[in-house]
Amino acid sequence: MRYEMVAGLETHVELLTKSKIFCGCSTEFGGEPNTRVCPVCSGMPGTMPVLNRRAVECAILVGLALNCDITHRNKFDRKNYFYPDLPKAYQISQLYFPICRDGYLEIDSSDGVKRIGIHEIHMEEDAGKLIHDPWDDRTFVDFNRCGVPLLEIVTEPDFRSAEEVTAYLEKLREILLFLGVSDCKMQEGSMRADINISVRPIGSSELGTRTEMKNMNSFKAISRAVEYETRRQIEVIEAGGAIVQQTRRWDDNKDASFAMRSKENAQDYRYFPEPDLLPLHIDDEWISAAREAMPELAEEKRRRYMNDFGLSEYDARVLTSFREWALLFENIAELSGQPKEAANMIMVDIARLCSENSILPENLKISPDKISALIELITTQKINRTVGKTALEEIFYRDVDPVKYVEENELLAIGDRDELLAAVKTTLNECPKSVEDFKNGKQKAFGFLVGQIMRAFGGKADPKSVNALLKEELEKI
Amino acid sequence: MTIPFSAVEAAKMIKTKKISAIELTTEAFSAIKNVELSVSACITTLENEALDRARVVQTRIDAGEAHSPLFGVPMMVKDNICVKGVAATCGSKMLGNFTPPYNASVYERLLEAGAILTAKTNLDEFAMGGSTETSYFGVTKNPWDVTRVAGGSSGGSAAAVASGETFYALGSDTGGSIRQPCSFCGVSGIKPTYGAVSRYGLIAYASSLDQIGPIGADIRDCAAVLSIITGKDPKDSTSVEQSAGLDEDLSSMIAETDPIDIAGMRVGIPADYFGDGLDNGVKAAVMNAAKILEGLGASLVDIKLPLVKYAVPAYYVIACAEASSNLSRYDGVKYGFSSGETENLDQLYVNTRGEGFGAEVKRRVMLGSFVLSSGYFDAYYKKGLQARELIQRDFFSAFELCDVILSPTAPTVAYKIGENISDPVKMYLGDIYTVSVNLAGLPAVVIPCGFSDDMPVGMQLTGRRFDEKTLIKTAWAFQKNTDFHVKRPSIWKEGVK
Repeated sequence: MRYEMVAGLETHVELLTKSKIFCGCSTEFGGEPNTRVCPVCSGMPGTMPVLNRRAVECAILVGLALNCDITHRNKFDRKNYFYPDLPKAYQISQLYFPICRDGYLEIDSSDGVKRIGIHEIHMEEDAGKLIHDPWDDRTFVDFNRCGVPLLEIVTEPDFRSAEEVTAYLEKLREILLFLGVSDCKMQEGSMRADINISVRPIGSSELGTRTEMKNMNSFKAISRAVEYETRRQIEVIEAGGAIVQQTRRWDDNKDASFAMRSKENAQDYRYFPEPDLLPLHIDDEWISAAREAMPELAEEKRRRYMNDFGLSEYDARVLTSFREWALLFENIAELSGQPKEAANMIMVDIARLCSENSILPENLKISPDKISALIELITTQKINRTVGKTALEEIFYRDVDPVKYVEENELLAIGDRDELLAAVKTTLNECPKSVEDFKNGKQKAFGFLVGQIMRAFGGKADPKSVNALLKEELEKI
Repeated sequence: MTIPFSAVEAAKMIKTKKISAIELTTEAFSAIKNVELSVSACITTLENEALDRARVVQTRIDAGEAHSPLFGVPMMVKDNICVKGVAATCGSKMLGNFTPPYNASVYERLLEAGAILTAKTNLDEFAMGGSTETSYFGVTKNPWDVTRVAGGSSGGSAAAVASGETFYALGSDTGGSIRQPCSFCGVSGIKPTYGAVSRYGLIAYASSLDQIGPIGADIRDCAAVLSIITGKDPKDSTSVEQSAGLDEDLSSMIAETDPIDIAGMRVGIPADYFGDGLDNGVKAAVMNAAKILEGLGASLVDIKLPLVKYAVPAYYVIACAEASSNLSRYDGVKYGFSSGETENLDQLYVNTRGEGFGAEVKRRVMLGSFVLSSGYFDAYYKKGLQARELIQRDFFSAFELCDVILSPTAPTVAYKIGENISDPVKMYLGDIYTVSVNLAGLPAVVIPCGFSDDMPVGMQLTGRRFDEKTLIKTAWAFQKNTDFHVKRPSIWKEGVK
C-alpha cells in the first residue's frame, strides 16, 4: 500500500520588542543568568502583568502578513503547570480568543503554488531556562528569558511532505524577518517548531493517529525528523501495529526520535481566563494603522527590483536573502541612482568582505552614503575599478570618506589621452621582445604590456583606455 | 491631653502642633504593648523603624508639608500586602521567611501621604478564612471578648483598630474579609469597587475578587484612607481612575461644614437577606438601623435579590479556581519555604506544598484545581461564572429601585474560637451576605449598628459601582446621629488614650 503523510506545524517565535511582554525588563538574548529579571517576570507574590502594546502590534503585523482575521476582542488565559522554569507556575497565553485566525501562507511546492492554512496565532510569554550542572548533579534556573513575548503560529494539517514543511518555514522566516518582528534564530531559540504528523493510505480522507515531535533546532533537523517519523509510522502500520498518540523528542545526533509522554500522561493545563489583565480591544483604526505601517515584504521587493531596477530574478533573490542587504541595497540605489552598480557591489564585493570577516548581515555596519559616493567615483570614471575595490575595503574596514581617500592618496584615474599615448609608446619601445611575441600570436604578451603601462601610472590609469590605445598602437606596428 | 481615636482628628492635632508624630507613634507602641498579648493582632511589629519614620515625617510636618488628611498618623497593614524590606508572611509557613523587595502601590501612596507603619497584621492563611484561626502565627482574639474570634480574614487589622493599637489599618476583601471582621469587632470598613484600588503588591488569593480597603474607627477615617489609595495605577491593568467627588465630600466631612443630608435617599431592604439562618439579635440591630436611617429622611424600599442563595457556591468555585492558580508559584524553588533536598522534582513540590500550606489552603487549592480540570470545567467553573453574571444583573435591577442596599454583614456576631473551625461548610455559609458584593464587583461599607449578646453588630451598605461616595455619605450621616461607633471594648482603656 502507498501512504501519504499529513502534518501540521506549531511555530513559536520570540518577538523583537525592547522589553518583555508583561514588564519592563530587556528581552536581549544572553546576559548573566537572572540579570534581566524583575519582581513581575520572576513571579514574585503580589506582582501583576501589564501588557506591552508593541508586542500586540507585532502580532497584528504577522497576522496581516499571513492573511488572518484580527480578533477585535482579545482575552488572555492562564495555562497552569508546574515546572521550575515557569516562576508563576502558569503561562499567560490565549486559548479562547487568539489574536489572529483563519489565514494562509502560499508556498512553492512540487505541484506549484500551494496554500498552507493558518489556523490561529496567539500571544504568550516565554519561560526561563534550566541549566544543569553535571559536576554537582544540580540544576539551576535562569529567568532571563521569562516573559519574552512569543507568538505561536498554528497551521492547519496541510503539509504532505518534508519539502513543503521546509518551504513553509523558510517563507515564514523570511516574512518575520522582513516585518522586523523577530530575528528567527533557531540556535538561540527565538524560532522553534513542533510538528504533528500522521500517515494514511493515499486516497483516504480520514486522519491517522498523530504524534507530536519536539526539539528540532534547525530546518534540516525538522526535515529529517519529518522523514524519520513518516517512515517510522508507516513501518509500524505495515507490521500490523497501531500508532500511539504521544509526544516524541527528536535527537539530532542519533538521527532518531524517542517517546516522551503518551496521551494518557498528557498534562491537564486547567486553562481559565487571566483575571489580572483586562480584555484587549483591537479596533479597526488600530488594524489599519498597522496595515499602513506594514513594511514591504521580500516578495514585493523582488518584484520591484526586477520591474523598476531591471535586476535579474537571481540578483533580486540574492539581495532579498537578508533584510539588511535589501535595505542597504535600496538605500544605496536611491542615493546613487545606480541600482545595478549597487546590486553588484553588495552581492560581489561587500558579500565577500563579510564572509572573509565572518560578519553576519545584521551586524554589517557600512555607510550607504559613502558607498554611493564610491559608485559615483567609479561610474564617472574618476577612479578605475581596481582602485574602487581598494577604496571599498577602506570604507569597510576604516569607514573612510572615499572622495577624500582617493584624493589624499592620489588615486584619481589618469585619463589624459596624450599622457597615456606617450606612455604606451615608451613601453612599446622599451619592450620589443613582447611586441614581437604578440605579433607571433602570444596573447599573454598583451597583458604584460598593459601591466607595464599601468605600473608607470602607479595603477591609477583607466585600464579600458590603456587597452584601447595599446591595441591601436600595436596595429600600427 | 486626650488622644482621639479618630485618625482624622489625630492628624488635625498633629497639624496644629498639639502633638507630634513621634509622640503619637510612641503612644501607639505603648498601646500595642498593653493589649497585644491578649489580642494577638500583629505578626510583625516595627517599633524602631516606625520611630525613625516618625522623625522623618515630623520634619516634613514642621516644614509645612502635611498635605494629606492623615499625615503623621500611625497605621498598620495586613500581612498579605507588600512593604519593601518587611516580612510579608500571608499568615503562612510558606511565606514565613519572605521579604518583598518592593512596596504595594497602596503603601507607596500612603507613604507619600505621611503614614507611619507600626505593624503588619494577622490574617487567615493567604486570606482564606473568616476567623483568623487558619493563620500559621496563631489566632487573633476579639477585643470585646478574647474567647471569641475577631473574624477574618482581616481579623488582625480589625482587632488592632478596635483595641486601640492603631488608628487605622489596611485590610483586603475577597468575599467579606474586611467587612465581616469589622462587624465582629465593632469598627468601620470599606470594601471598594473592584478596580477602585490598585492590587499591585497585594499577594493574590482570588484576583477577580480581591480588593484592598481601609478599616478605621469611623467611616470618615476610612474615607480619608480611601481618598489616598484609590485611583489608576499603571502597575495594575484592572485599576481605574478615581471616581469623581470623593475628595470634595471628604473635605467637607473633615471640615464639618455642611450638615450631612440623606433626605430622600432610597435604602433598599432585601427580604432575601433577612430570612432563615440570620441570628435574631443581628436582625433586630440591622432593622433598628433601617429605622434610624428612615428617621434621618431616607425612604425604605423593599427589593429582591433572590439569587443570593447561589452566591456562596459560585464564590467558592471561582475564588478557589483562581487561588489554585495563584498559589501554584509557591513551589520551594524561588523564595519562601522549601522542604529542602529531595529525590526528584515532583517530591520537592509535594513536600514543600504539603508542609508549607495549612489545611484550609490545601482544601481550597484542591477544590479549585478540581473545578478547573478537564471534564469538570463546564459543570463547575463555567456554571460559577454564569451565576456570577446573573447575580450582577440582580444587583443592577435592584439599583433601579434604590440608591443603597442595607443588609446584615454576617448571620451572627463573633463566635467562640474553635467553634466552627472543623465545619468548613458552616464557615463558608457565614459569608452569605458578603460574597455576592465581590462577585458583582460592587462597593460596600460596614459600620457598627448595635449589639447582640454583648457583641457588636455591623450593618452593611452596598452601592452602585464606583459610588463609594453615596455609601460614605449615608454611613457618616448614621454615625453623626448614633454612638455605636464610639463604643469601645473595655480592653481599649489600655490602648491609645
